[in-house]
Amino acid sequence: MHLDLLFIQKFAPMYAKAAVITVQLACTGIVMAILTGLLVSIVRYRKIPVLSQLFFAYVQLFRNTPLLVQLFFLYFGLPKLGIHISGPACAIAGLTLLGGSYMAEAFRAGLSSVSKSQIEAAEALGFSHMQIMRYVIVPQALAVSIPPLCANVIFLIKETSVFSVVALSDLVYVAKDLIGLYYKTDEALLLLVISYLIILLPVSLLASLLERRIRYAGFGNTGIV
Amino acid sequence: MQDLGIRVLFEGENGIRLLLGLLVTIKLSVITIIASCILGTIMGMLMTLRHPAVHFITRIYLEFIRIMPQLVLLFIAYFGLTRAAGINLSGFTAAVIVFILWGTAEMGDLVRSALISIPRNQYESGAALGFSKIQLYRFIILPQALRRLIPPAMNLATRMIMTTSLVVLIGVVEMLKVGQQIIEANRYTAPTAALWIYGAIFFLYFFSCWPLTLAANCLEKRWKE
Repeated sequence: MHLDLLFIQKFAPMYAKAAVITVQLACTGIVMAILTGLLVSIVRYRKIPVLSQLFFAYVQLFRNTPLLVQLFFLYFGLPKLGIHISGPACAIAGLTLLGGSYMAEAFRAGLSSVSKSQIEAAEALGFSHMQIMRYVIVPQALAVSIPPLCANVIFLIKETSVFSVVALSDLVYVAKDLIGLYYKTDEALLLLVISYLIILLPVSLLASLLERRIRYAGFGNTGIV
Repeated sequence: MQDLGIRVLFEGENGIRLLLGLLVTIKLSVITIIASCILGTIMGMLMTLRHPAVHFITRIYLEFIRIMPQLVLLFIAYFGLTRAAGINLSGFTAAVIVFILWGTAEMGDLVRSALISIPRNQYESGAALGFSKIQLYRFIILPQALRRLIPPAMNLATRMIMTTSLVVLIGVVEMLKVGQQIIEANRYTAPTAALWIYGAIFFLYFFSCWPLTLAANCLEKRWKE
């Protein structure tokens, strides 16, 4: 395999630009997904009528369908109803909807890991609603939620690789374009792999560091391990 | 206008063609899920060996496969391998290879964590009670390990089914591609077809994956104790 270094040098900036787009969309989508997940999990935890059932349906629907199909529906299907959404907006909406359903499950696992008796005990001790949240539920729920949360963040960044179908010039789009134009398949794919490694390796390392710390926090508590 | 669009679904052989597309998706999923289960079990057992070389190799393999978006892996197999090794892989074969590699990695990790989650004293008390090695695994270790393995393995299977939607991007004719063809063919007679076709595909994916998710949740709850 002979790699054309000049080619790599010439087109690396294109990948850098595409990587920036990918990261921007991923960050926006992930933040919105976390917010959506929080909202959904709190509504479900509080068992607010109607909304709770609605959100349950939403979580099931979007956890069990691929992002690619969701994007096709949003980008090509909805305009037929007169709802036109731009490519980037579609990408973020898709990532938010998909991610929200995954994040909601992560938060739900955390919330449901705190036993009722602890909350009752806190109430008996005269803790206010906010205090129970702040000192009893959140610290324990977070320890359970963070590992799946990290896994979801990595999953969502990987999912951004399908954004080229809504006409966004992301990393995959650039690679495919270069393969089609110059037949430099090896170089184009190598740059693609390296770009994703540069984006995902730090996130993955950070996630495992965080998880290790959390695991120490959980030691001695059989409910969490 | 809307009734025009939905008519496309039931017109001629459109519905059947869509279902045949689903069959390709299911075929790909079933082949790769079964192969991944077998190879993943072997890999998981290898990972529990305390051999430094085996540990190193499996770790690198797992981390690389996990961190790369599946679409990138598909591109490497479909465009890269074809050129580098001079073999002509069909999109379907490339997809089978990639999904087995990915499924094996993920399944291997699940098997590994299920095996190491059984506390040492279970092995030791079994041995102390005079169980033979086979009896020990048959009656003590496997029943416990399987209960921890099956629900996440089923979730992995749903993820694999959803991820097979990506193969449309390397030219495999499956449900999404058939959907596109139907939409193209009816562009003038039924302009709103995209909404209905992509909507139908969305729900076909949903009903393929949802039962598995429900069953996994149900088993997880039942086996919690």
